[in-house]
Amino acid sequence: MSTRKTYSRRGALGLMGAAAGVGTLAGFTPTKFAIGQQAKVRVGTLLPYSGTYARLGEAITNAMQMRFAQSKEMIGSREIELIKLDSEAAPPKATENTSKLINSEKVDFLVGPVHSGVAMAMAKIAREEGVMTIIPNAGADQITGPLCAPNIFRSSFSNWQPGYPMGRVLGAEGKKRVVLCYWNYGAGQQSAQGFKDGFAESGGEIIKEIGVPFPEVEFQSVLSEIASLKPDAVYTFFAGGGAVKFVKDWAAAGLKDSGIELTGSGFLTEGVTEAQGAAAEGLRTTLHYADTLDNDVNNVFRRNYKEMWGSEADVYAVQGYDAAEMIRVALEATDGDTGAKDDMIKAIENTVYDSPRGPFKLSAAHNPVQNFYLRKVVNGVNEVQSIAVEALSDPAKGCRLG
Amino acid sequence: MDLTLLLIQLLNGVQYGLLLFLIASGLTIVFGIMGVINLAHGSFYMVGAYLAWSLTAWTGSIFWALLLGVPLAAMLGLLVERLFIVHLYNRDHLQQVLLTFGLILIFNEMQSIIWGDDPHSVPKPDFLQFSIPLTEVQSYPAYNLFLAAVCLVLAGVMYWVVQKTRLGMRIRAGSSNPEMIQALGINTKVLFATVFSIGTTMAALAGLLAAPERSVYPGIGEQVLIISFVVVVIGGIGSIKGAFVGAMMIGLMDSLGATILRAFDDVELMSGLSVDNLTSVTVYALMAAILLWRPAGLYGRAH
Repeated sequence: MSTRKTYSRRGALGLMGAAAGVGTLAGFTPTKFAIGQQAKVRVGTLLPYSGTYARLGEAITNAMQMRFAQSKEMIGSREIELIKLDSEAAPPKATENTSKLINSEKVDFLVGPVHSGVAMAMAKIAREEGVMTIIPNAGADQITGPLCAPNIFRSSFSNWQPGYPMGRVLGAEGKKRVVLCYWNYGAGQQSAQGFKDGFAESGGEIIKEIGVPFPEVEFQSVLSEIASLKPDAVYTFFAGGGAVKFVKDWAAAGLKDSGIELTGSGFLTEGVTEAQGAAAEGLRTTLHYADTLDNDVNNVFRRNYKEMWGSEADVYAVQGYDAAEMIRVALEATDGDTGAKDDMIKAIENTVYDSPRGPFKLSAAHNPVQNFYLRKVVNGVNEVQSIAVEALSDPAKGCRLG
Repeated sequence: MDLTLLLIQLLNGVQYGLLLFLIASGLTIVFGIMGVINLAHGSFYMVGAYLAWSLTAWTGSIFWALLLGVPLAAMLGLLVERLFIVHLYNRDHLQQVLLTFGLILIFNEMQSIIWGDDPHSVPKPDFLQFSIPLTEVQSYPAYNLFLAAVCLVLAGVMYWVVQKTRLGMRIRAGSSNPEMIQALGINTKVLFATVFSIGTTMAALAGLLAAPERSVYPGIGEQVLIISFVVVVIGGIGSIKGAFVGAMMIGLMDSLGATILRAFDDVELMSGLSVDNLTSVTVYALMAAILLWRPAGLYGRAH
């Protein structure tokens, strides 16, 4: 990150092309890399490029390309080649798609996916094949828990992580009676578990857990039940369209002015505040990023991203950016020798770095150790209130690494 | 769990049931009269919802959106019938499922291209913005009551059309014996096109009406599709009365049934499975029980 140029989309491609040309002329030979030094480093992305999660896949890919374009001089003479494969966020296709990238495309790095179901299948193969893998979103706890592996890293979060800090915050504020309400599948259950662990120390009580079948959005009866319980606060896990509807239904049912506070993991208000409108105002959530995070790295990151891609960066872009940073660190440590896996793994493990989200390093289980921010929606923007928990690490139950 | 909560849940169940009826009634007449399994039925609901969003943004009112959206949806239904469904009438169910599943994919891709993948909200009309207090904590959105009232009126209109008009007579006749009405000289080509268009328009109308309450986002069509099929199967294929009863049962099961089950969240059936975990399967258990009792559904005729 020595130079901070601004990049246009076309300019970036031109720069990368020029970098390849210079490499060819110089005939640079990395020390540990004897044959085929001109070959490109093959980075395969298994991300959703169609369907509901298409925007997430796009943001991750854009940010990766930006990071690679910025750091071409550090990766050495080896150009990065992205091989993009649409995961369609479809778990049944995950095994075939992962095999395709590893065996047919022979990728050096595997980056993906967004969907936890896809991640479970992908991680299983990546473990067996030993290919360097970085997960830029999917939060399934198991991947950096019982299924953890030396070659698998995560640049995003575990589902447990965003729940825990909200539990701590509400506990510290003396909330006594809390209702949990979430989509009843892996991510929702793990997020709720995080909240429970954070809340447990405070002496408060979880008076009810309401699991809504995923992806149902019929919330009217759930809201009636919450209203009749009159808890101090509610912790929720909903995302996308479900988050829009829950927040709007909550306000329409008069619960916003009832003294019951609605809270959630950050996904409740992430990328959906425009659709939620006034109903979202004042909602507090916890996440490892916020658009308004005021640090130099984030400010520069957001400016560059906007100039290069024409849209605002979001948490997914940050996770893609940091996935690319891990690849850069690995290649730098081995002068581009993708055969030296042990050295690459060690380099990534030892990375301590200033991410747009704040200080970033990895736990022994290869999950980010990161700050979680308490955010509040003000005029449609998730504004940072404070650091809810500093350098939070996932408990990584069942992981035998490190 | 007190009486007030149960009464409120009764209201919630009836309101949800009425909306389900509006969606499922179109599916049951297409299925019952034309013998076509239309998996793309949910896509018409989705189109209705997105039309509500873009037309409301354009005209400034959901009522204008309804006025413009309904004819648009009827034309779309007619177009789809003429281009695709017409080839399915004498084919087996597998081919119908394949083609209409293909239509789902096409509709979803079109949605992504035309309207994008962001969730959107549709503003409620100003005079229905308020909520009516039910308890000291909860109030009920006026729009939901309006929605329920409109669904009730539409159910009444459908009853009148089916029972009292010539078109209704043909629809009922077509439902019980398609060959015979053809032999009697009724143009089934026109009848089928009309029925399909009405059926899909009902779905789109449900989408248009529900949009301000439910918001608009990718995948809403599939969300209502499966539950609509459950309603149709419980009520008996082709029976509008059955669809009404089935929709009410599902609506009440979803609200009242779930609340009662959740009251027993400390009762474990087996290790790790307590009674409240059953809420996600009650609807399907209900369907299975009814099919065991009456294999053709509540008001279906056994063939």
